[in-house]
Amino acid sequence: MRNTIENAITMVFVAILAIALPAAAQTGYRAPRTADGKPDLNGIWQALNEANYDIEAHVARPALAVRPGPYGPVPATPVLALGAVGSVPPGMGVVEGGEIPYKPEALAKRNENRENWLTSDPEIKCYLPGVPRANYMPYPFQILQSASAFMIVYEYAGAVRNVLFKDPGPPPVDSWMGQSVGHWEGDTLVVDVKGMNDQSWFDRAGNYHSDALHVVERYTRTSPDVISYEATIEDPQVFTRPWKMSLPLYRRQEKNAQLLDFKCPEFVEELLYGQWRKKPLSREATEPRVTEPRVTEPRP
Amino acid sequence: MRKCFVLFAAVAAIAAIACPAFAQGPRLPDGHPDLQGTYDVATLTPLERPAGTKAVLTPAEAAKLEKATAARRDKANEAIKGDRPAPPKGGDGSPGAYGNVGGYNYFWLDPGSRYTVVDGQIRASIVVDPPDGRVPAMLPSARQRMAALEARPTSDAQESKDPGLEPPGSYDDPERRPLGERCLLGFGSTSGPPALPDYFYNNLHQIVQTGDSVLILTEMVHDARIVPMNAQHLPKTIRRWMGDSVGHWEGDTLVVDTTNFNDKTRFHESTDNLHVVERFSRMDAKTLLYRFTVEDAATWDRPWTGEYAWPATNEPIFEYACHEANYALEDILRGARAREAEAAGKAGK
Repeated sequence: MRNTIENAITMVFVAILAIALPAAAQTGYRAPRTADGKPDLNGIWQALNEANYDIEAHVARPALAVRPGPYGPVPATPVLALGAVGSVPPGMGVVEGGEIPYKPEALAKRNENRENWLTSDPEIKCYLPGVPRANYMPYPFQILQSASAFMIVYEYAGAVRNVLFKDPGPPPVDSWMGQSVGHWEGDTLVVDVKGMNDQSWFDRAGNYHSDALHVVERYTRTSPDVISYEATIEDPQVFTRPWKMSLPLYRRQEKNAQLLDFKCPEFVEELLYGQWRKKPLSREATEPRVTEPRVTEPRP
Repeated sequence: MRKCFVLFAAVAAIAAIACPAFAQGPRLPDGHPDLQGTYDVATLTPLERPAGTKAVLTPAEAAKLEKATAARRDKANEAIKGDRPAPPKGGDGSPGAYGNVGGYNYFWLDPGSRYTVVDGQIRASIVVDPPDGRVPAMLPSARQRMAALEARPTSDAQESKDPGLEPPGSYDDPERRPLGERCLLGFGSTSGPPALPDYFYNNLHQIVQTGDSVLILTEMVHDARIVPMNAQHLPKTIRRWMGDSVGHWEGDTLVVDTTNFNDKTRFHESTDNLHVVERFSRMDAKTLLYRFTVEDAATWDRPWTGEYAWPATNEPIFEYACHEANYALEDILRGARAREAEAAGKAGK
């Protein structure tokens, strides 16, 4: 009798779990747990894609800044010397459906951003990346998860997010990384991000948002070394409807993987403040010369 | 410690309250103390105390000093009167960013209001060893090194000096400005290590413990120091702004060992061979004891040690986006260029 009741209770629990944990149930993967029974997201993670160049599907481009050439765009003068290093690798994009549903005037603004990339992309100035861009920049980030705290530390610019599990109410002030409030839906960590300013971009391709941005992220471990990451982007000032991006985050496999310093404010001082040195350095680009000039013999 | 044992033998329960070594408090599932939380380390206790003064203040002495500080704060908080005259030319004689011509209203500041209490003693300095409560004198060779560097200073050593007194050349290049002005580290060694209280504002730290790492987050410049537990130091070729920290437990004390500093941080004008050992332990359910020992044989002829209390707070940590709105660095350099142009114009007449 007692066994029967226990079995019945177990079956009810199994049924509830099956409903409550769709992602884990579907993949058949059960993530290791932290001491408080939550899926353990601790570790050093990194995206492996071209999203930071352009979150939309795109073919390769000669450079992020181009000018008209006689047969199509060529790299703009300030980035010419970078050659292939300055070109844009192609990517399938991370936007579900391929394209971002911009309002017409917002699309024009995006194109203008792209045109003026060199002076406009906040990454060039080493500004904090905002969410979700922080998660797919080409730098690792570390999740530090305990029973009482959940922090995300990014190598790029030392950006930090404190994911709160008790909603403090509307963010009192806008910030670059916003206010993150998390809760668990089964085995998925859902993070609601609000209070971001309108200064960050989604990528180096001019994709942008306003300060009405609202991001809902979903982090689900789908294998020992993969977090499935989704972000629903809502910004009625810029987009005609909410849209979604999804990408895997991979665990860095190196045994000695560790976040190091990327304090880039130091690296952009010459760019931002160099003209105010007592003795400014020359700002003229030297003519790139990658091969010796060829002596061409007049053809007979 | 010996006193603790006597107490323990006498009344175990009292010992648990009175002695850090026996302090109770939350524990992690692995049995180690749970030191997590947000801490407000602001204090009136200075790093060093004047030569020849006592290490411990009486309650009456501390109360008098704390009251005087509160009175100054209240006065600085008074509403500005519309008919206030311009400050006297060259400033009002008071030093620092909130003195002189009034760089900041007190509203923006959040320094400490109390002296730190350790082992029941009201401390007059954070430095406890050497016993005179002062950072050891720099070696002559270190002074020579610093004199040579003075031509190209990049550390935050100048932060405490009145801007009007900075040596010639201090405004020539961004690299010659203090690290705090460049948004590379918080000023006043707020990130550390060793983490010192800032006598200005932004004194919060947050500690997070996972199974294999400890995070020490500093509010100013959102500096996150991740301390792997029981790990080896990085190769000597990898130098870091806050050094490379590794941790281990000694009983109920979290010990963090830091080496591999870069040659720009220069805590108290030390070299990149600086070695810092920090010890975090629980004083009581709401307070940590933070103790540190620093050594650098090229700078001091002996190690020195400080300690102060880290009281827990419920205050939230907001984003300290320093670089993103750093108009000051540009304007400081532009101001110097404008002044030079003005001087050149006068000389030309």
